[in-house]
Amino acid sequence: MAEVDELSKPMFAGLSDVSISGDIPVEGEINVPVGTPSHDDEYSTLDEPVKDTILRDLKAVGKKFVHVMYPKKSSTLLRDWDLWGPLLLCVTLALMLQGGSVDSKEDGGPQFAEVFVIIWFGSVIITLNSKLLGGTISFFQSLCVLGYCIMPLTVAMVVCRLVLLGGSGMVSFIVRLIVVTASFSWSTFASTAFLADSQPSNRKALVVYPVFLFYFVIGWMILTFSPSA
Amino acid sequence: MAANSDFLLTFQEFDSSESHLGGNGDATTISIEDTGAGSHKPQKQRRSAPVTSFEEDNDPLANDDKTELLSGQKRSAPFWTFEYYQRFFDVETHQVRERILGSLLPWPGKNFVHLYIRNNPDLYGPFWICATLVFVIAICGNISDFLVHLGQPQYKYVPEFRKVTIAATAIYSYAWLVPLALWGLLVWRNSKVMNTVSYSFLEMVCVYGYSLAVYIPAVVLWIIPHEAVRWFSIVVALCLSGSVLVLTFWPAVRDDRPRVVIAIMTAIVALHILLAFGCKAYFFSTLEAVVEPSHNGTKSSPTTGMHRTNTMS
Repeated sequence: MAEVDELSKPMFAGLSDVSISGDIPVEGEINVPVGTPSHDDEYSTLDEPVKDTILRDLKAVGKKFVHVMYPKKSSTLLRDWDLWGPLLLCVTLALMLQGGSVDSKEDGGPQFAEVFVIIWFGSVIITLNSKLLGGTISFFQSLCVLGYCIMPLTVAMVVCRLVLLGGSGMVSFIVRLIVVTASFSWSTFASTAFLADSQPSNRKALVVYPVFLFYFVIGWMILTFSPSA
Repeated sequence: MAANSDFLLTFQEFDSSESHLGGNGDATTISIEDTGAGSHKPQKQRRSAPVTSFEEDNDPLANDDKTELLSGQKRSAPFWTFEYYQRFFDVETHQVRERILGSLLPWPGKNFVHLYIRNNPDLYGPFWICATLVFVIAICGNISDFLVHLGQPQYKYVPEFRKVTIAATAIYSYAWLVPLALWGLLVWRNSKVMNTVSYSFLEMVCVYGYSLAVYIPAVVLWIIPHEAVRWFSIVVALCLSGSVLVLTFWPAVRDDRPRVVIAIMTAIVALHILLAFGCKAYFFSTLEAVVEPSHNGTKSSPTTGMHRTNTMS
């Protein structure tokens, strides 16, 4: 037992008596954090002028708009999602679509709140649908994609209003129909390019159809917009 | 089970961390400890082999729909998690297409539930068919309104969005509350008379949802402001979807007393007729409503001529 005590107590002290024939070279790297530069970056964005912050976000939003215009299978839209663009587009569209409440005779066009609710509620439902079908895309990424792909329809709304300024006869209706159809198919195609990749191949049509229905309804609201002149 | 006890013996000293791991909700650890969660495996197997492996693994449950209903859930995923609802969307494109086609073309020998649904009821079909029907009714009602008033200059076109909400309420409550009532009724009858065939609530929702699919082309046909076309399409649509419902529910009630059988069948058919004609009357009522203002109109548009023939009052 005493031997055990002798051995157990100065256990590490005995190591100093051990002679090593040669120096065992110790290799490796030691990172000594000096001044933590990443933290400095975060704090420095608080110090930068507001113009820089806003411009950076605007550039990110603008880059995504370009991605929607030329839909390629790039993952930028999915990786850095933001909801500024969809909010901007939704508010613009709802403002332009709201029927004048001047005619209180019957129900007129959609009110601002109705368009807002349809767009956001519809996006949420479609996102839930694609997630329930086993999609790998996250909730906000899908909202981001669906919101940004409303942009062709917003452009079509602006064009329709300009056309309606010129008159609301048959010719203007045909022109509006063509514009809305083209932009609605562009929206569906753009969002499908982003969303369909995240689905297993035997369910792609099941995910694309609600998107088609969603943009069809928005396109219908744009096409049937009549100014309250 | 022996392996289970060895496992417990080996890791006894880590008892706290083991329960900690089990409480994390990780699927694999739950399947080792929890006996009821052994059915997680068939859930994963189901994706490759739809029907047979599920029925083999859940022998006491698969053959008796009643215990499924009474237990409330087939698997142990609690109803507040996402995975619980994910199993209702376990369908593929071709399955949905086959189910829709099967509901469009009913055949006396084929039971829709047994042939197409086959223990895999989904919520995708009913939900999106109802959504499509809501928007199609609202849009086509709007178009037919516009076409009927085409010749009149004093008409101001309004896209009526209030009607979308009304249509949505009507169709969704029909497609979801009527199966609920019918399911409750059949469960009650099952407790009195032993029926050979019984359906779960989700299968009934599936049947009702897919039977509404035939109305979508019918509603599109209702745009044509010609009364004969509308009556023809509504009768055809009623026959097709009504026969799907009747053929599906006939095996479930035929063992009952004759008066109860007749009562249930007429109730199903009557509600269906009420839905069809109610939608037609409310959303496409413009032919009669237009008559009074244009009664003294002397415009020579063909639509007003047709209005005159329709005024049977």
